[in-house]
Amino acid sequence: MQPRFLTVQQRVAETADVVTLTLDNAPPGQAPPGFRPGQFNMLYCFGIGEIPVSISSDATCPERLDHTIRAVGTVSRALTRLEPGDRVGVRGPFGNHWPLAAAVDLDVLVMASGIGLVPLRPVLYHLLHERADYGRVALLYGARTPANLLFQPEIEQWRRTPGLDLRVTMSRAGPEWPGDVGYVTAQLPKIRCDPAATLAMVCGPEPMIRSSAVALEALGIGAERIFVSLERNMKCALGLCGRCQLGPLFICRDGPVFSWRQVQHLLPVREL
Amino acid sequence: MNEIEDLFRRHPFAAGLDDEIIAFIAGCASNAVFPAGSYLFREGAAADRFYLIRHGTVAVETYLPGHGAMTVLTVKDGELLGASWLIPPYRYAFDGRAVELTRVLAFNAKCLREKAEADHHVGYELMKRFIPPLIARLQIARLQALDCDGVAAVTADD
Repeated sequence: MQPRFLTVQQRVAETADVVTLTLDNAPPGQAPPGFRPGQFNMLYCFGIGEIPVSISSDATCPERLDHTIRAVGTVSRALTRLEPGDRVGVRGPFGNHWPLAAAVDLDVLVMASGIGLVPLRPVLYHLLHERADYGRVALLYGARTPANLLFQPEIEQWRRTPGLDLRVTMSRAGPEWPGDVGYVTAQLPKIRCDPAATLAMVCGPEPMIRSSAVALEALGIGAERIFVSLERNMKCALGLCGRCQLGPLFICRDGPVFSWRQVQHLLPVREL
Repeated sequence: MNEIEDLFRRHPFAAGLDDEIIAFIAGCASNAVFPAGSYLFREGAAADRFYLIRHGTVAVETYLPGHGAMTVLTVKDGELLGASWLIPPYRYAFDGRAVELTRVLAFNAKCLREKAEADHHVGYELMKRFIPPLIARLQIARLQALDCDGVAAVTADD
């Protein structure tokens, strides 16, 4: 698959090391390629390399494609330094998506920690667009410190949005943070939902995913209704190179979204 | 039934306790209100109370020179606060500050320890209610200590 070449329209510094790039995804005379919440693109920084990055924008506006990138390595650092007018290679979208259709009429619990909010942001857009299709909707979001909070203007907007139970937790905070301190999983017992009719979507560091899934099961939410988005070292994104293999699964081809039932026995196995 | 007993019975901590034990334990309790900004306890002070929060929020803090008070945990409605009364030397390890107007049931620690010692069934019922939240907080503290939000799951581009 050949990359498309898209232009950076906007660069927003979310935190000291996280940047959202908005790409112009409207080819002249053509409909922009769409995507589903949870999918990712391979972003190619010319002369440096290519990495998988989750799409963080609203799927109903595919002409503007947001990717939120944390500077952790050579390519991601280069991507976060791009400015409006710069060009980037894009292959995708790849992977499956969050089970939004399966969540219709159910309570929906979205849990994110750190950069894990990125692939869930399109889910929030969808849930709020189609609010009447779902039961109670809650977002539990955890960050290391207030300085690491992503999408701050939107978080403030979501705080005031009727029908969304938003709970933000810091791992640690000084006097500037008036809200909750602890870990995102500690918010679970405070959420009102019907466990027998709740679908949960979880993304964050793997220890957070594992502890959240266990806590969700303890609440009575079945493993088949807990969905997690996994990250592994992807290269081809086509299920060919095997770099992102997790036992019988290729994260790029079979995921990145899996039910907890699919992966709960695989994640604790270090050899995988 | 007196007012304290009634308040205690309505707190999640008391779920499953029989009336006799509720009355027995409530004998160690008093009602207390802390305005926003006031301290329920200070680090190093004698841990002579533990609290069941009825309404409000308490920040568990420690002071970091150059940074000010750092909050490590917030405790809210329906939760318990304070475990230092359980183990010698019975000193609070952190400050407990009311973030907002906070209403609590305050239990005299010495009174409770004596009752638990005198009646091990009461002590066991207390432990059954203390251990789950303390284990949960320990697990949370481990995840906080890992600081795994600050570590990329994989550095695919290194």
